[in-house]
Amino acid sequence: MSGASSWSFREEDARRINEILSAFLGEAGARTALIVDRTGQLIATVGEEVQFDPTAFASLTAADFSANDQLARMLGEPEFGALFHQGERESMYLADIARRVILVVLFDNSTTLGLVKLRVRTAAKELNQVFTEMFERTDDGTAPPAVEGGFLGEAEDEIDRLFGA
Amino acid sequence: MSMINYASREINCKLVYYGPGLGGKTTNLEFVYNKVAPGARGKMISLATETERTLFFDFLPVDLGTIRGFKVKFHLYTVPGQVYYNASRKLILKGVDGVVFVADSQLERMEANVEAMQNLYDNMQQHGYDLTRIPFAIQYNKRDLPNASPIAELQAALNPGWPVEDPARQRMLPDPDRPGEFLVWQEDGQWYERAPYFEAIAATGEGVFDTLKSISKAVVKTLG
Repeated sequence: MSGASSWSFREEDARRINEILSAFLGEAGARTALIVDRTGQLIATVGEEVQFDPTAFASLTAADFSANDQLARMLGEPEFGALFHQGERESMYLADIARRVILVVLFDNSTTLGLVKLRVRTAAKELNQVFTEMFERTDDGTAPPAVEGGFLGEAEDEIDRLFGA
Repeated sequence: MSMINYASREINCKLVYYGPGLGGKTTNLEFVYNKVAPGARGKMISLATETERTLFFDFLPVDLGTIRGFKVKFHLYTVPGQVYYNASRKLILKGVDGVVFVADSQLERMEANVEAMQNLYDNMQQHGYDLTRIPFAIQYNKRDLPNASPIAELQAALNPGWPVEDPARQRMLPDPDRPGEFLVWQEDGQWYERAPYFEAIAATGEGVFDTLKSISKAVVKTLG
């Protein structure tokens, strides 16, 4: 293995995840659900549009989850499967999915932590299945080709333009 | 390899700046932040101590624009350099697509450089990554200081080259940034490869974009 494990995210994956998360948001009374991968990249957002920088949010979420993972191990736990951050009005609940991505749920006082936790359980099970299939598919070499010809040359030109030729 | 999101047509690449404490990793990112067009970069996040030492990481997203239908983004991270922050350092390497090692050229920091380089190899290995097979560049920072070590000494200590066993890679590869020098070469019947290196004064920005250009081009090459 040379670098980070590779995987891709297709439109049909997005559709399935969208369906699961839309149903979950309705049942849990939560506002927004995000899927972030453990390297800090945002994969999907469903629900109300967020008012913050989602890219920065995703990198901090992954760091938060990873740091807590290490804390769990120090306590002799294999992991903390979920985290909860409580605010005065806004709260967030984070749950592990297939050990590769994190489900982040944003909710306010119009629902309760108990209901969110309860509904996350079902959604997490469905998402686990989707992501496990997705990773297996990528690993068996049936992933679509990455980028079309000409991409590399154009990307290099853009790098020169942005970072100075 | 980077994650390709076919649904949102996005490719995100993770670049990590590694190296000893006070070597200039954060300064590299700050310079990029200040010089890149505001529309092409996001918010810079720094998780630092009260004395502005990096505690967990700095993060800066840079947007390359849309290329052949894909939005290409580079996520620049630094790690905390201080020895005792190794747990955090290791976490940041997760999913890395390219590494820049920022060395402190000062003579008295040589040992710290070597230790940080060894730590980088160890942490990459623990993640199951092979540093000799992913985009990797070295930046010798603080070249303006009177106590800066000669480049030859830094190269010998930090970038001596690793053996190339793959026959497909065993051919002379000129260093595009240094005429007459090679990134892959043969010596006494054995093939070697080393990382491209750059001299820099991150505080004034010298060498910062040369390094970033080199590593980002190497990373996009892995997408094709």
